[in-house]
Amino acid sequence: MAQVFKPSSNTYSRLVLSGVLLGVGGLGLVGYLLNTSPYNTGAYMARSQPVPFSHKHHNGELGIDCRYCHTSVEESAFAGVPPTQTCMNCHSQIWTEAPILEPVRASFRTGQALEWTRVHDLPDFVYFNHSIHIAKGIGCASCHGNVAGMNLTWSVAPLTMGWCLDCHRDPAANVRPREKVFDTTWVADNQKELGAKLVSEYHVQPRQDCSTCHR
Amino acid sequence: MNRLFPCRSGTRRRRIVTRTSRSTLRAGLLVAAAALAFMTSACRQDMHNQAKYRPLRETPFFADHRTSRPLIPGTVARGKLGDDKLLTTGRDGDKSSDVFPFPVTAEVLARGRERFNIYCTPCHGRTGDGRGMVVQRGYKQPPALYDPRLRDLNVGYFFNVITSGFGVMPSYAPQVPVNDRWAIISYIRALQLSRNAKFDDLTQEEKSRLTKESSGG
Ligand code: HEC
Ligand code: HEC
Ligand code: HEC
Ligand code: HEC
Ligand code: HEC
Ligand code: HEC
Repeated sequence: MAQVFKPSSNTYSRLVLSGVLLGVGGLGLVGYLLNTSPYNTGAYMARSQPVPFSHKHHNGELGIDCRYCHTSVEESAFAGVPPTQTCMNCHSQIWTEAPILEPVRASFRTGQALEWTRVHDLPDFVYFNHSIHIAKGIGCASCHGNVAGMNLTWSVAPLTMGWCLDCHRDPAANVRPREKVFDTTWVADNQKELGAKLVSEYHVQPRQDCSTCHR
Repeated sequence: MNRLFPCRSGTRRRRIVTRTSRSTLRAGLLVAAAALAFMTSACRQDMHNQAKYRPLRETPFFADHRTSRPLIPGTVARGKLGDDKLLTTGRDGDKSSDVFPFPVTAEVLARGRERFNIYCTPCHGRTGDGRGMVVQRGYKQPPALYDPRLRDLNVGYFFNVITSGFGVMPSYAPQVPVNDRWAIISYIRALQLSRNAKFDDLTQEEKSRLTKESSGG
């Protein structure tokens, strides 16, 4: 009886086997890439808002400091989103007739809050705190990108656990002088050297144990 | 992997329900009753959206959708009774105060400068000249802070302007805590001084630097 398997079958079986393995691995890779892709995490997507508020205009062009509106970012976990009253500080006099500002005026008249769409939204089982990051010299731009250049706000980070940990493992790549924290256009000339120096000066020691962020 | 297949309602992003004024409890973390769990309409799966509230999160429970509830009038936060009248009102008996409630140190001044640059410069400008960016876009121009009239007013008067507003200028009490208001006032005093400094007030070193620079050196 003739041989069922020719010598070349060896090659075929190897090809098939590695094909299956590669396929499984590849599928996994595709899944991983999809899961962390901006398409899935919602990064780089501007959100529609009740009023087309522009950071580019207010911060980039008018130079209003982040803390004028996000008043609690330095001392609390929550950065704070400004109440209608803060907008009316200026808009009681500026652009008072503009139709795009009507929701702001209506909110001020009726006491019904403006409802902004969240741009960043961590799962509820994660603990995050702005104040410690600001105090240790992590700039808004390291996590939020160049907000001063955005018309509608979008996010530039996937907010995955890996993303948080990348920085907690190597903070030197991001630490900046405290007075530059609120300047989202600032870039260091020599981050490597500066980062290393500031890490020891500010005693930066981010923790990586699970209970830091899951408490 | 639970981001991969969000439930349908997950396409609606959560909302930040701001307040209209700042008189609500800051970071009013309400721990929701279990019954509310079902009403918070979980969007993403499992534990992503739990039956608890974080600051400014929206809720269908109240008609105005706010979890951060407005304060009942007359509420006093712990430690905010204001029994130090000079500190919290800028008044000394029935007249506005001539003195600061605490010593003005270099740190206070530095803090004042930082806070002034955040909250006052949009209108008053970095030097207090009243030509800030917002004024250039049409807001009423305030007087220069180093105006002789303002130089003669006492510190309690400034405290009152920041706390209650003045003319078209809004109150900054919601954005600037009491101690920072005093720090800002100390910096305004420094700005006023700097505008009226005499050559003789400078140290020898500053004098020679100034002469060198002004002679093009
Ligand atoms: C004039 C007020 C104002 C100033 C100044 C301002 N913001 Fe905002 N910010 C807002 C408002 C209103 C929103 C909500 C609407 C939106 O998301 O665009 C917001 C939203 C944001 C968000 C998104 C929040 C979310 O939903 O996840 C980030 C991040 C942010 N601001 C960062 C900054 C930074 C950084 C600066 C300083 C460079 C700054 N902002 C200055 C008013 C302000
Ligand atoms: C410190 C002053 C100030 C504050 C606070 C402020 N704005 Fe403005 N805003 C301005 C000025 C000045 C302009 C118009 C400038 C011009 O004429 O180019 C403007 C323009 C706008 C415009 C229309 C112009 C555009 O293209 O963006 C919108 C919308 C707006 N603001 C929304 C808001 C909202 C919402 C808030 C509250 C979160 C707010 N502003 C708070 C000063 C302010
Ligand atoms: C280490 C990263 C990081 C830095 C630095 C950072 N943020 Fe955020 N920010 C976040 C994350 C993560 C969230 C989402 C929080 C959540 O969903 O609970 C967020 C949310 C916000 C929000 C929405 C309100 C809130 O607190 O949930 C605002 C406004 C904001 N950031 C402003 C700022 C400003 C202004 C700065 C700079 C002073 C800043 N952030 C610096 C990571 C950062
Ligand atoms: C760009 C760098 C960077 C990113 C991104 C970042 N962190 Fe941090 N984080 C730090 C630094 C620096 C500290 C301060 C460490 C210290 O105490 O010296 C810190 C501290 C913290 C703390 C306080 C820990 C304590 O000791 O109490 C928490 C909680 C935290 N981070 C959570 C997060 C979470 C959650 C994320 C992702 C959403 C995140 N961080 C992303 C740099 C970062
Ligand atoms: C620096 C902050 C940080 C630390 C430290 C951290 N995590 Fe996380 N973790 C996160 C964030 C942010 C998410 C949410 C990621 C997302 O939404 O994709 C998360 C999500 C998770 C999830 C859920 C994953 C999912 O897809 O539902 C698990 C499980 C988890 N972490 C376990 C751990 C364990 C175990 C440790 C300790 C070894 C740990 N984490 C340490 C920030 C952290
Ligand atoms: C939105 C613009 C704006 C901002 C921000 C602002 N002011 Fe004013 N301020 C004005 C205007 C306009 C006037 C003149 C009011 C009038 O005459 O109706 C004024 C007047 C004043 C006066 C003079 C009162 C008098 O007797 O003439 C003082 C002092 C003052 N502001 C201090 C401050 C301080 C301190 C801050 C920061 C905490 C501040 N202002 C922030 C617009 C502003």
